[in-house]
Amino acid sequence: MTKFVSLSEAVSAHVHDGDVIAMEGFTHLIPFAAGHEIIRQGRKNLTLVRMTPDLLYDQMIGMGVASKLIFSWGGNPGVGSLHRFRDAVEHRWPIPIEIEEHSHAAMANAYDAGAAGLPCAIFRGYLGSDLPTVNSKIKFIRCPFTGEKLASVAAMRPDVAIIHAQKADADGNVQVEGIIGVQKEAVLASTRAIVTVEEVVDELTPPQTSSVILPSWTVTAIVKVPGGAHPSYAYGYYDRDNAFYIAWENISRDRNGFREWMQKNVLEASPDSFASRAYHLASDTHGN
Amino acid sequence: MWALQSTRSMTVHSTLTYTSSEMMTIAAARLLKDEDVCFVGIGLPSAACNLARLTHAPGITLIYESGTIGTKPVVLPLSIGDGELCATALTTVSVPEVFRYWLQGGRISVGFLSGAQVDKFGNINTTTIGPYNAPKVRLPGSGGAPEIAVSCGQIFIIMRHSRRAFVEKLDFLTSLGYGRKPYERKKLGIKTLGPTVMITDLCVMRPEAGTNEFVVTSLHAGVTREQVRENTGWAVKFVDEISETLQPTEFELNVLRDLNLRTVQAHGGDVTSGSQTD
Repeated sequence: MTKFVSLSEAVSAHVHDGDVIAMEGFTHLIPFAAGHEIIRQGRKNLTLVRMTPDLLYDQMIGMGVASKLIFSWGGNPGVGSLHRFRDAVEHRWPIPIEIEEHSHAAMANAYDAGAAGLPCAIFRGYLGSDLPTVNSKIKFIRCPFTGEKLASVAAMRPDVAIIHAQKADADGNVQVEGIIGVQKEAVLASTRAIVTVEEVVDELTPPQTSSVILPSWTVTAIVKVPGGAHPSYAYGYYDRDNAFYIAWENISRDRNGFREWMQKNVLEASPDSFASRAYHLASDTHGN
Repeated sequence: MWALQSTRSMTVHSTLTYTSSEMMTIAAARLLKDEDVCFVGIGLPSAACNLARLTHAPGITLIYESGTIGTKPVVLPLSIGDGELCATALTTVSVPEVFRYWLQGGRISVGFLSGAQVDKFGNINTTTIGPYNAPKVRLPGSGGAPEIAVSCGQIFIIMRHSRRAFVEKLDFLTSLGYGRKPYERKKLGIKTLGPTVMITDLCVMRPEAGTNEFVVTSLHAGVTREQVRENTGWAVKFVDEISETLQPTEFELNVLRDLNLRTVQAHGGDVTSGSQTD
C-alpha cells in the first residue's frame, strides 16, 4: 500500500540484477531520473527494452548496466548516432552487449500482446526485410482464414516497466498526457511498474489532450521527481531540451569525456538535480 | 555527424541562388498533393512535407509515428515526438494504434523514407554497414520503415546522392523496395506500389517499366550526367527524353528558408539539413 516512496527505495526494492526492464516514453516523458538511479545503484546484467533507446539507454549501456538490448531504433533523433551504443556493438565497450532487433510495429504489437495476456502478436510486417534472418524471434504464420503470410513476435513481458508521467493523485492513480507512446501497454505487460511523476495532486483533472489513466492498482511504486524526464520533456510542464540532445553528440563521442560527464552529472548527482535542469525550459504555450 | 553534413556548392542558374539541398527538398515537396495522407520521417522528409503544407498543399495530412495525426508544426521538429507535433495535431494516438489502425489499416497514401544505403530497386538499408554481426558502422536500425515500406500506398525516397549511399549491393536490406530481384515485391503478395520516385540533390529517378530499376528522369539545373554517374554505385541509366527539374520559385525558397530559420532559432543548433529518418 505504501506506493509513494523515494526513487532510491523504488529502484532498490523493484529493480534487480538480471531483470528485463522496459523504460518507455516515445521521445516524450523518458524516465531519465529513474535510469540514473539504476546506474548509481550499480545494477548489472539487465536486459533493457525500449523502442527508441535514446540518450538514456546510451548512458546506461555506456556505464555497463546492460548485457542485452531489445530495441527498434537506436539513434539520437535528428542529430545522429548513439555513440555509446555503437561502441558497445562495434567494439564491445565497456562490455559486450547482445542485441535483439525489431521494427517499431513489432515492438508496439509485442507490448500490446503482453498487456492483452496473449503469447504472441500478429501483424503485417517484415515482408522482404533481412531482419528475420538475424533475429530468430521473428516468425511468420499463415492467417487461418485467408492464408495471408503474417509476421509474429513473442509477447513482451518485462519484469519491470518504468515510466515518467505528468501526475498522480493522492490515491496513486497516474495520468499521462500528450504523446502517450506505449507507456500504458508497457505497464500492463510488466510484472511490476515504477512511475515517476512531475507532481502529486489531490484530484486528477480532465485531460487537455490525449490522456491515459493508469489506475493505482496497476502501479507498484510512485515517486515524485519534478523534471525527471529531462532532457526529454513533460508536455504541459517543460519543453524538450533539444540543445542538450545536440550537445550529447560531443559529450558521448569519446569514452573519457563520457565517463567524466556521467561522474559529475549522474554518479555525484541525485534526483533533486532534475527540477533545476528542466524547469528553465518551462513550456510557454501550454504552461502549467 | 549526419545532421551537420554540408550541402553541395551553391547553384546559380536563374536570377535565384539556391543550394542543392534546397532544390532536393523543394522537388520532393512538389510531389505531394493536397489530398495526401503522409507518414513523415525526421530530417529531409519532414522538411519536404511541411514545405508542401506551407505552399501548394495546405490540406495535406501529416502523421508522425509518435502518434500525432494532422499535425501542423510551426518549426520543424528535431525528434519524431517533439511537443510541437502534439500541440498542433488534430489528435494524438498511442504508438500501437498509429502502427495498427492508421499504417497497417491502409490509411496512409504516401510514406517518405531515407536511409544510409539504397539500391537500384529502391531497397533501403538503415541497419549496418558491413556484416550484421561485426558491423563497421552500427546504424540506428529500422524504426518504422519495414512496415511503412509495405503498408503505405506509395513510397517517396529522399536521399543525398553519393557513391557510398547509392550502392550496387546493400550490406543489409532493412526495408523492401522492389526486392533484390525485379518482381520480388509482387511475389510476396504486396499490393501497395512501393517506391515510385527517388529525389536526390542531383536528380529525380523513377522505376523503369518492366524492370523496376530506378533510372534518371530529370536532372536538376546545372547537373551533368557525368556527375550522377560518379555519385552512383551502379551503372545508372537515363531515360531518352531527360528533362531539367523545374527550378525553385522565389516563393518556395522564401517559405523553406523561413521555416529553416525558425527551426534553427527554436532548437539552438542547425538541424534542418539532417539526412536521417526514423
